[in-house]
Amino acid sequence: MNMLSEAAVEKALDKKMNEVAYKMIGKDVSVYYGEKRALFDVNLNVRENTVTALIGPSGCGKSTFLRTLNRMNDTIEGCRVTGKITLDEDDIYDKEIDVVELRARVGMVFQKPNPFPKSIYENIAYGPRIHGLARNKADMDQIVEASLQRAGLWAEVKDRLHEGGTGLSGGQQQRLCIARAVAVSPEVILMDEPCSALDPIATAKVEELIHELRANYTIVIVTHSMQQAARVSQRTAMFHLGQLVEENDTDKMFTNPDDQRTQDYIMGRFG
Amino acid sequence: MSTPLILLILAIIAVVCYVVGTRHALAIAGGLSSKLHSRPGYYGSFVAICAVLPAAIVLAAWLIASPLYINSTIRGGFPEDVKAKSEAEQGLAFGMVNSLARGMDILTLDEIDKVGANPAELRSALGAKGVALAGDPEPYMVESAGDLNAMNKISNRVMTAVVLIVALIGAGLSYTRISHRFRARNRVERVILGALVVASSIAIITTIGIVMSMLTEAGHFFGRVPAWEFFFGTVWDPRFAAAGAAASEGQFGLIPLLLGTLYIGFVAMLVAVPVGLFSAIYMSEYASPKLRSVAKPLLEVLAGIPTIVYGFFALTTVGPFLRDLSSSINGIATGDFANFIQAQSVLTAGFVMGIMLIPYVSSLSDDIITAVPRALRDGSLGLGATKSETIKKVVMPAALPGVVGALLMTASRAIGETMIVVLAAGVAARMQLNPFEPMTTVTVKIVSQLTGDLEFTSPQTLVAFALGITLFVITLCLNIYALFIVRKYREQYE
Repeated sequence: MNMLSEAAVEKALDKKMNEVAYKMIGKDVSVYYGEKRALFDVNLNVRENTVTALIGPSGCGKSTFLRTLNRMNDTIEGCRVTGKITLDEDDIYDKEIDVVELRARVGMVFQKPNPFPKSIYENIAYGPRIHGLARNKADMDQIVEASLQRAGLWAEVKDRLHEGGTGLSGGQQQRLCIARAVAVSPEVILMDEPCSALDPIATAKVEELIHELRANYTIVIVTHSMQQAARVSQRTAMFHLGQLVEENDTDKMFTNPDDQRTQDYIMGRFG
Repeated sequence: MSTPLILLILAIIAVVCYVVGTRHALAIAGGLSSKLHSRPGYYGSFVAICAVLPAAIVLAAWLIASPLYINSTIRGGFPEDVKAKSEAEQGLAFGMVNSLARGMDILTLDEIDKVGANPAELRSALGAKGVALAGDPEPYMVESAGDLNAMNKISNRVMTAVVLIVALIGAGLSYTRISHRFRARNRVERVILGALVVASSIAIITTIGIVMSMLTEAGHFFGRVPAWEFFFGTVWDPRFAAAGAAASEGQFGLIPLLLGTLYIGFVAMLVAVPVGLFSAIYMSEYASPKLRSVAKPLLEVLAGIPTIVYGFFALTTVGPFLRDLSSSINGIATGDFANFIQAQSVLTAGFVMGIMLIPYVSSLSDDIITAVPRALRDGSLGLGATKSETIKKVVMPAALPGVVGALLMTASRAIGETMIVVLAAGVAARMQLNPFEPMTTVTVKIVSQLTGDLEFTSPQTLVAFALGITLFVITLCLNIYALFIVRKYREQYE
């Protein structure tokens, strides 16, 4: 009791001092693929209602870190995670935590658009249905429409909700996947290079969308494009060789980074 | 010279041509192969091909054409009274001439002189040398046999000379064409391409040939029995093929056989589909890589067991077991220990065939389920779906068309399966729906109509071809439809 209240008081003080609310806190996070170590004691906190960009050269561990946040690494054979990650105080690697519930709270959008081979409506309704979020068909219609509205796709697809989701263009498919993630009302949305398979116009639309989603969700995005990180994020974290090099305000990161390696990477000297 | 000897000589010529051609090309280039258009070996190959290929073609053509010509000449030389006889008897006479010619080749000239005048003695003399004759040869036959041997000898000599001359001319002409800029590689590769095309056409042409021969034989059958009686007849009662007794032609109704085939296939699928699908889902989704790497090859080995082994298993183990089981159940229930399942029954055959099909269903479906992209699984898991929800609602629906295709292919195997049903299903062609009673299938009847001493002119045997072509058409349609579905499904992700 006593300890808890002390911690709470400390946190309240902390919050007051920094005016910062952390949605997810990663402490000494390490990841192993079999014998190979992919992440080395990463300490990275994700702020609430903020877009956090993870950048770094290929193979630096940024995607691996992203996937630890909703335990998608569990699906990879031989993957082991140590350290502690919390979501609103809950240790997500605790045995008591149900990974299904966690993934409903921390949604994910993947690199390649991966709509299910079902209709647009069924793609959106899939998540709410398995989590029992709708009482009846009207509820479900409501959720589908709201999600598509949020993803800025409603106007384009409202007349063909029952046609296949795979028939949409690449950019539309990716926004459909974002709508699908939004439909289960997550608190955090993880995006793994969501624009790498899209053309510039579709990319601009998705970036705009990320900007709007920030009001309601906490977003973590992995990107290879420095410009994209600068455009969409408020905080940026730079990874290199499995280590967190630097985490800072995006503005500062791209103008006056603390670490020489960040400077070099942003200037295009390696990676 | 005998044909194998000629082939051996051609092979030697080819090797010599290769070596000489290669050397010559190198000599022209002054030892620097970079000055040549093609690698030196190609020039050697070119010379060898030019020497051997035309010669081999001439040889093959000669071997086909010369007996045709000689035979017709000999038969043309038969006395008028023989020529007046029926085609079959002329054939018989020519067969005698052939045997005589073969025999006279073995006998020495002296021996021929000694016995030549007496046909009976000639026959016994030949018999002593191991050449049996059907009857005493007539004088004109001995004469024709002598002609035949003489013509064969001349033909062989001319052929040897022509083939070798063609080979030498080819070698000489191609040798003179070798130069710096001569494109030997392109020509050699064109010949190789031709060989590849020929190889791949052989299978297709053979298939077409088989179908054509089945069609002609089936045509003969339909000449004797009306097609509608075959396709829509409900009684299968072919009777025995008594020679000359045209009135005893039986009834050839396809329906009871087709019904039995489909019924047994249905029971087999009832066993194979659930077990095979569940095993495929376990293998592709739940099994650890280690287990999978052991279990999958094991399952595929199961698919390689000869079906006669399954049939034997059905006959000696499953059938008697089901019979005894049914009699026990009947005894407990009613006190009467009569068995209600026959040892040979639809159930026995279907069950064992189902076991045989499990590896096919499992292996094919496993490949298809594994081919569903990982991204789809991740998408579903990332939304908080459990593994079983993901399998039921995303993976299986995505794999469904492919799985259906796999099942259709399996069904076509079930329909064409022979040995299990021959041993386990029975031979009674009946129309009934009790799975505990024996029924028979199209394949069983093909086997039973074609085993034993037969004459291939009676409808009793010809019906096998009609049955065969029917079966062929059914399985072909199933396979084409299955391929169509599987291909359509593949396009979705690639």
